[in-house]
Amino acid sequence: MAGKYVPLSSLKPGNVARVRELTMGGNLRRRMLDLGLIRGTRIEVINRSPFGDPVAYSFRGALIALRSEEASGIIVEI
Amino acid sequence: MGLTSQSTGLGTLRELYEVELENQDDIIVGLAGNPNTGKSTVFNSLTGLKQHTGNWPGKTVTNAQGRYEHRGRGYVLVDLPGTYSLLSSSVEEEVARDFICFGNAHLIVVVTDATSLQRNLNLVLQILEITDKVVVCVNLMDEAKRKKIRVDIKRLEEYLGVPVVGTSARKGIGLPELKYAVARMAAGEIVPRVKQIQYENSVEKAIDIVRTQIDKMGIGGLNSRWASLRLIEGDAVLMGAIYEHMEKHYGYQTVKIEIMEEEINKARLLLREEGLDPDGLRDSIVSSIIRTAEEIGNDTVYFGDREYRKLDYRIDRILTSRAFGIPIMIALLGLIFWITIEGANYPSQLLSNVLFRVEDGLTQLFMKWGAPRWLHGMLILGIYRTLAWVVSVMLPPMAIFFPLFTLLEDLGYLPRVAFNLDSFFKRACAHGKQALTMCMGFGCNAAGVIACRIIDSPRERLIAILTNNFVPCNGRFPILIALAAIFITGTRGAFKSVVSTLAVLVAVVLGVIITLVISRILSRTLLKGLPSSFTLELPPYRRPQVGKILIRSLLDRTLFVLGRAVSVAAPAGLFIWLMANLSVEDVSLLDHGARFLDPFGRLLGMDGYIILAFILGLPANEIVIPIIIMSYMASGAMIELDSLDALRELLAANGWTWLTAICTMLFSLNHFPCGTTLLTIRKETRSWKWTLLSFAISTLTGIIICFIVAQGVRLLGFV
Repeated sequence: MAGKYVPLSSLKPGNVARVRELTMGGNLRRRMLDLGLIRGTRIEVINRSPFGDPVAYSFRGALIALRSEEASGIIVEI
Repeated sequence: MGLTSQSTGLGTLRELYEVELENQDDIIVGLAGNPNTGKSTVFNSLTGLKQHTGNWPGKTVTNAQGRYEHRGRGYVLVDLPGTYSLLSSSVEEEVARDFICFGNAHLIVVVTDATSLQRNLNLVLQILEITDKVVVCVNLMDEAKRKKIRVDIKRLEEYLGVPVVGTSARKGIGLPELKYAVARMAAGEIVPRVKQIQYENSVEKAIDIVRTQIDKMGIGGLNSRWASLRLIEGDAVLMGAIYEHMEKHYGYQTVKIEIMEEEINKARLLLREEGLDPDGLRDSIVSSIIRTAEEIGNDTVYFGDREYRKLDYRIDRILTSRAFGIPIMIALLGLIFWITIEGANYPSQLLSNVLFRVEDGLTQLFMKWGAPRWLHGMLILGIYRTLAWVVSVMLPPMAIFFPLFTLLEDLGYLPRVAFNLDSFFKRACAHGKQALTMCMGFGCNAAGVIACRIIDSPRERLIAILTNNFVPCNGRFPILIALAAIFITGTRGAFKSVVSTLAVLVAVVLGVIITLVISRILSRTLLKGLPSSFTLELPPYRRPQVGKILIRSLLDRTLFVLGRAVSVAAPAGLFIWLMANLSVEDVSLLDHGARFLDPFGRLLGMDGYIILAFILGLPANEIVIPIIIMSYMASGAMIELDSLDALRELLAANGWTWLTAICTMLFSLNHFPCGTTLLTIRKETRSWKWTLLSFAISTLTGIIICFIVAQGVRLLGFV
């Protein structure tokens, strides 16, 4: 399955992927970059919140919750 | 709205950082760091100040200052807002960055988390780009050890070129060493050898173009390499700040700025030719910094157990699961209320017995001295009795509730609450962190309003501020608990506290629902907009320090809130006694007011006295119940008010039914914020308009809800 690009939001808990690119611009892009989401960053889906959104992701040693709006703008390679 | 980052421009920030020195020889030290690294603990341990710390991101929203002495020299410590970066231009990051760049600090201490050092290095590296007068504190070494993470401090020091000190601030370990490093750095005994981050070639070339010009002109102590890069990036606020800084130092004319802009444009053109648009430049810069952090991290941090967070993840999969997330949350809250209600019962009665025995004693003393009746009335029946009531009713529940709540906070559970509830807030077009500010509101709504600063988007912050009052604060819990215990639970025995717990729980859940509904209405009308970006860190669970929690929450929170209540209750007690005893046409002022308000009160299922009590209780909600009691007692026979049963008799004698109790509870949940909260809202929004609106929204909500409930119940013939 290597080399397939999908939005982060489409992954399921337990999945692991690497960041390919960010599609958002401006300040939101800065926020994502500052969290450490640069190309090649390993990211693991940990669990969904009770209502499915947001989802907690583990990367660079931290657990960060993102809403589907943000996660769908992060293209990852699985 | 007065809340955009632009409006908190440099001018105002400068004023914030006019660090006042008791002694001109004092060294000013800025304390920076990621949120949740124990920065506040370091601050408190060094200065002895008791600034409250919690295990959730963004706690330090105001800048605390403290002072300590070390080897005969004074050090003023400035606690900067916790940030992950200095590049995203949120309010906190601007505050921290401007202090580091333009403030008058002698050096900066960066506090980092040993358990996630690599991520923290991002901020360290960014600060090192601005100044090399830095001491790095690797905190939470004890937590790291527990998780089998080892940090090579010496090696890290070699990489960074500045002193690095490992600490466990909660246990006081490493703090003397930190003080020593700070002292040596301040005295110039340490020569920093910072290696600059290498950017990709085109970026380096662009930097050189601008830097050459800047170095010719001089930049007043700023790092010219750093300033060049920021100017090329073109953040309008920061560019303005840098120009202002240059002008302040050298009094440049606009012409010179134009020369610089020429060079900046040259640099930007070069980047564009190399295929880097603004977004591309940003990516490149951040990637270089993060890669450097990664490289340093990989070489200085050793994981004995790579799976150390697996346990956390397993806990999270239960605590935030679809099936158990919400039930566990409500159960935990219920458990806290139950322990509070059950546990407060006995000490409350004991306290009230003692305090009223003291009242009898005092009364006898007054008699013996032959003091005039009015003096006894004012001092004992007015001031003392109100105080006694406030203390005996409020102290025990607070002394139980606050430590329990602090325990949850310390464990790291509160961010999980925000995580669980975010979906609702998103649907209300509000911010997920609003849940955190609501949690603060349980303690005190004014604190909750201040906590709203953790929300970046001005629109969502305003929504959170305007609706914070819908969660009952500690001053209102006693009303809810007492009335629930009296009227909803007629029964005695084991189930009594369970049923009152449920009643309070229902009230809280109702408060949350109302918050969501009002937030949504605001998003559709006055504060139109879509939800902004949301990122929430779920920090590792930490082993709470029970002893410290007890002391901290008792001293800092309980006594603080009680002190406020007492200082308000004393004059209020006097005022109400006067109102009850000064008469016009043989009717006391209190009765005049109550009679005037009575028709309105009846419409809402209450009476004139209750409405009057809420109005007079504006300074602090804690005194609403005492006012009601005083009014009833002033007009009726004196009752020894030593138990909830006596209170029930008193209220029933004055025509209370369970509907009166419910409407009073509802109105207590939904009415104007207390005076302190209103003033805080005014301060935070810088606008009387929003302050008045928060007053109007909550009061109207209360009126509408009480009206519907009261009239509905009467129409259906239940009462």
